[in-house]
Amino acid sequence: MNLVAFLGAIELGLIFGLVGLGVFLSFRVLNFPDLTVDGSFPLGAATAATLIVNGVDPFLATFIACLAGAAAGLVTAFLNLRFGILHLLASILTMLALYSINLRIMGKPNVAIISSPTVLSPFEGLGLANLYLKPIVAGAVALIGATLLIRFLISDYGLAMRATGANPRMARAQGIDTTSMTYVGMAISNALVGLAGALFAQMNGFADVTIGTGTIVVGLAAVIVGEALFGTRSVLVWALGCIAGSVLYRLVIALALNTDVLGLSSSDLNLVTALLVAIALVLPGVRNPLRGIFPGRGKGATIGMRRD
Amino acid sequence: MIKARGLVVTFNKGTPMETRALRGIDLDIPAGQFVTVIGSNGAGKSTLLNALTGDVKLESGSITIDGTDVTSWPPPRRASLLARVFQDPMAGTCEALTIEENLALAATRGCRRGLARALDSRARSAFRDKLKELGLGLEARLADKMGLLSGGQRQAVSLLMATIRPMKILLLDEHTAALDPKTAEFVLQLTDAIVKAQNLTTLMVTHSMRQALDHGERTVMLHEGRIAFDVAGENRAGLDVPDLLALFSRVRGEALADDTLLLG
Repeated sequence: MNLVAFLGAIELGLIFGLVGLGVFLSFRVLNFPDLTVDGSFPLGAATAATLIVNGVDPFLATFIACLAGAAAGLVTAFLNLRFGILHLLASILTMLALYSINLRIMGKPNVAIISSPTVLSPFEGLGLANLYLKPIVAGAVALIGATLLIRFLISDYGLAMRATGANPRMARAQGIDTTSMTYVGMAISNALVGLAGALFAQMNGFADVTIGTGTIVVGLAAVIVGEALFGTRSVLVWALGCIAGSVLYRLVIALALNTDVLGLSSSDLNLVTALLVAIALVLPGVRNPLRGIFPGRGKGATIGMRRD
Repeated sequence: MIKARGLVVTFNKGTPMETRALRGIDLDIPAGQFVTVIGSNGAGKSTLLNALTGDVKLESGSITIDGTDVTSWPPPRRASLLARVFQDPMAGTCEALTIEENLALAATRGCRRGLARALDSRARSAFRDKLKELGLGLEARLADKMGLLSGGQRQAVSLLMATIRPMKILLLDEHTAALDPKTAEFVLQLTDAIVKAQNLTTLMVTHSMRQALDHGERTVMLHEGRIAFDVAGENRAGLDVPDLLALFSRVRGEALADDTLLLG
C-alpha cells in the first residue's frame, strides 16, 4: 500500500468515524436499530454540495447539512413513536424517501464541487499538501464530535438518554420522558451522519446520490471493531473506540484491496465489507448489534415501540 | 395525601380477552400512613399501583395527590410525587449503568435534567454516605456496573433510589417477592427504617398475609378489582393470618381459593 492509499484510508476512516458515532448513539445508547443513515449520509453530502456550488459559505452549508440529517432522524423517530411502525421499517421508509429527496436537492444524480471554497480552503494556506491536510481536518472534526458526544452522554440529560435505551420502564419511573429522549437522540445521531456526508462531499469534490449505499454497515463495522478491540468499559472508551475502529477497518479494507495476491479490485469493496461484518457478528464474544430486533431475543424487542 | 375515586380499569375492552382489572375503587390515604395491600393473583393490586403511577389509563375515576388532580398527568410527570420499587430487581435499576449513575438518575427525578456533569465528587461522596447506610459494602463499588450486584443488593439500591429525592409517596410492588427469605427480611427491615425516618406515605403490595400484618398500620385487601376489606388501628392490631382469612370469607361469602396467599 502506498502513502496516498494509506492516508486516503485514514481520511475515510475518520470521516466514517462520525458515522460510527451516530450508529453508536442509535444502536447502542438508544437501542434503536436505525438504517436512516444510508439516506442521511448522502443527504448531508447533497445538501452541502448544492449549497456550496450555489455560493453559500462552506461552514454554513456544513451546518445546514447537519440540520438536514437531524430532520431525517426525526422523521424516522416520528414514524416509530407516533404510529408504532417497527423501528427498522420506519428507518427503511425514511431511507427510501431520502433517495428521491436527495435527487430533488441536487436536481441531478451528482454535483461536483470544483472551484468553490470548501471547509478545507481556510487551511490550504498553511503550506500543507492536501494529501496531509485532509486527514488532519477529518481527524479534528471526528475528535471534536466524539468529545462533544462523550461530554453530552455523561451529563444529567445524556445519562437519562442512556437509561431510556437500557431500561425504558425504569427511565419512566425516574421521571424521564423516553419519547422526547428518543427524538433528541435520533436527531443527534443523524446530524452526525449528515456532518460526515458533508465532509465527504467536500473532501472528495462531489456528492452523488449513490454514495449512501452500505453506510449503515460501515458504521456498524466501526462500532463492532471498536468494541472488540477496546471494550465498552466507559462511554469515553466506547465512543473513541468507534473512531479508532472505523480507521482500522478502513486500513484493513485498503490493505485487502491493495494486495495483489487476493486479486480484489475496488469494486469488491461492498462484498468485502459485508463479509467482514458478517464474520465479526458471528464471532463469539461480540455483542450483536441486531439483538433485540427479533421478538423474544433479548429484552430490547419492544424498545422504541409505541407505548400507550 | 392520596385520594382515589371510582377507579375503573379494563384491559382489552370490547374483545373476548376483556379483563376488568379494577371495578370501582375508592381509597383515601392520609399523609404518613403505611398501607399494605393484599389480594390473590388478578385481584388488581399491581393495576392499582400502575393506575396511581399513570402506567395504565383509567377508564373512569380520578386520582388526587396532595390536593392536586393528577388524573391526566403522564407517568414521568407523576414521578416527582411518586417513587416506585418494582417486584423485579432488574426492572428498578439499570444494569448497563454503574451504581453511581443509577443513583444520579434517581437524584434528578422530577428535576429538569441539564447538561451539567451527572457525577462530580460532591455527588459521589453523598452517594457513598447513602450506600453506607445499607451496610452492604456497596460504598466501595460506586463505579461497578449494576448488573454485577445480586438481586437483594439491587433491590436495596432500588429502595435507596426511590427515596433519595424528597417525594410524597412510596409505592412498593411486591418488592421482596423475588428474593430469598433472608434477603427479603433484610429489605423489609430497610423499608420500615426508611419509611419511618422520612415519614413517607407508603403503599406496599404483597402476596404474603404475614407481611401485610407485620408491616404498616393499615391493610387493604383487594378481590376481583374491588376492595374486599380495609382494616386499621384497633381492628387490625389483634389480627392473625387465620383471622384475615375468616374476615375475607365473611365479607365475600366464599372461601379463598388461592394457595399462594395462605402460605405467607
